[in-house]
Amino acid sequence: MTATIEKQKVLEKQGDNKSSKQPKDIVYKTSELNLWYGEIQALKNIDLDIYEKEVTAIIGPSGCGKSTYIKTLNRMIELVPGVKTSGEIAYRGRNIFDKSYGVEELRTKVGMVFQKPNPFPKSIYENVAYGPKIHGIRAKKILDEIVEKSLRGAAIWDEVKDRLNQNAYGLSGGQQQRLCIARCLAIEPDVILMDEPTSALDPISTLKVEELVQELKEEFSIIIVTHNMQQAARISDKTAFFLNGEVVEFAETDKIFSTPSDKRTEDYITGRFG
Amino acid sequence: MRSARRASHLAMRMKGVLTLAIQNSPKSFSVQEMIAAKKQKKGPSSSIEKIVPFLLLLTAIVSVLTTLGIVFTLIVETFTFFGRIPLQEFLTAQKWYPFSETQGSYGILPLVSGTLKVTLIAAIVAVPIGLASAIFLSEYASDRTRRIIKPILEVLAGIPTIVYGFFALTFVTPILREIIPTLEIFNALSPGIVIGIMITPMIASLSEDSMSSVPNSMREGALALGSTKFEVSLKVVLPAAVSGVVASIVLAISRAIGETMIVAVAGGSTPNLNWDITSSIQTMTAYIVQVSQGDAGYGTTIYYSIYAVGFTLFVFTLIMNLLAQFIARRFREEY
Repeated sequence: MTATIEKQKVLEKQGDNKSSKQPKDIVYKTSELNLWYGEIQALKNIDLDIYEKEVTAIIGPSGCGKSTYIKTLNRMIELVPGVKTSGEIAYRGRNIFDKSYGVEELRTKVGMVFQKPNPFPKSIYENVAYGPKIHGIRAKKILDEIVEKSLRGAAIWDEVKDRLNQNAYGLSGGQQQRLCIARCLAIEPDVILMDEPTSALDPISTLKVEELVQELKEEFSIIIVTHNMQQAARISDKTAFFLNGEVVEFAETDKIFSTPSDKRTEDYITGRFG
Repeated sequence: MRSARRASHLAMRMKGVLTLAIQNSPKSFSVQEMIAAKKQKKGPSSSIEKIVPFLLLLTAIVSVLTTLGIVFTLIVETFTFFGRIPLQEFLTAQKWYPFSETQGSYGILPLVSGTLKVTLIAAIVAVPIGLASAIFLSEYASDRTRRIIKPILEVLAGIPTIVYGFFALTFVTPILREIIPTLEIFNALSPGIVIGIMITPMIASLSEDSMSSVPNSMREGALALGSTKFEVSLKVVLPAAVSGVVASIVLAISRAIGETMIVAVAGGSTPNLNWDITSSIQTMTAYIVQVSQGDAGYGTTIYYSIYAVGFTLFVFTLIMNLLAQFIARRFREEY
């Protein structure tokens, strides 16, 4: 008797899954990733599966390796001298550390938004058109369309449409950051990495970027490092808690913030340290 | 215990120096009171503070006055020259024959063409090599390589120009004559190339400075969009550093225009208005050297002509500097 009920439940669950959403693909599969800065180990045995069209937040105290991890995903970490890695990160099934995997190819698929807004010292238009241009798109008409679409996508079009030819450094910090997001959208990446994108912004600009992230996840997979736990709770679907270079807990955001299974996670999110 | 003893010992030692305030309370003393006491004693320090800015201003004025003096002398003597030779002849005549007794002709154009030929050749040599080295040093070289190469470049800039002159005449010219048999011993090509070599380190070093000061966050931004290193250097770093790069190029070209020893040694002394780089030339500077060496007495037209030529040279470098400022402002990418 009980067995049949159990079975029915399982069946229902499967049916539920099917009717609500089709199963999502894994974008990034990290297995046994270790990373050293010289002799210091910054990441220890990381195993993480990141699914597409979701917002995955990475939280943790300073120095826990969350920025290191996100920079490893597009191999920007290799710009730091003396970095060594072991293990594997598969992006869409292909190991990004493979010798045959061109780093430019990876970064064309995986965009990045940085902690501090870093527009190029060019016009607003040129900033957005930079990516398509270096990848060989030259036709003025197409570029115009891409620029408008990307700026609209980053919810900044209305603010800048009358001054596209002015220097990007005339914008406010929050506008600059949304411009950087637009610059990233212009090459239509698959994944967007965001490394504490709001840490240098005021609360209103932060709100705008957060709303934007919610819209963007319809089309893109977003991985966001944040210092701010409330932010992670507000905007993410899944959350990974990093501590001392290890993943302590990785689960649905709701679960992490309501019933964390690890004591350390609970201590961190309740503000006992960090 | 020990620190207390040390403090009281210190207080005792200071007693002799200090004023009444401390004698009243021998156990403790106030730093503020000590400072006040010192201040009362030392009068002159405040007057030094007042004199220093004045002295500094005076030294600044020295260089300003010198510049004004030079420009003033140039202008006065140039006016004397134009009292004898009409400005129109100076600017339009095709021949520069100041030493001819019977048919002296003072047309500046042949000297200008000599200077321009040499400068142009120098720029063609120096700008690409200098910029390429700057990009290499700033974007590609490791810290170690940069630390080795940059000082060497700067040493190159410190070689006396007379050495470059003989290098042009005795080393470069013979090699060039192997390649171009019609090349005269004195010509524009050889000193042009050597001046180019001379100013290359200047462009490389100054451009490298302004390229390395472009913030790394911009390189990261471009790399994260899938740019190659070369695209980052050429399309992000170089444009961001353009004002410094242009300034370095203009500074180097000004130096080439004013360069004297190399052209005096290897360029010849035949002012000719043409674009032939294989024959003997004379630049404005080389002419001034020739006259200064004693060919003309004080008060002669030839004597005054060197001021007119010097003034022309001055106008050229002034234009270059204004041009540099204009270009730097026009193409500046502020960050």
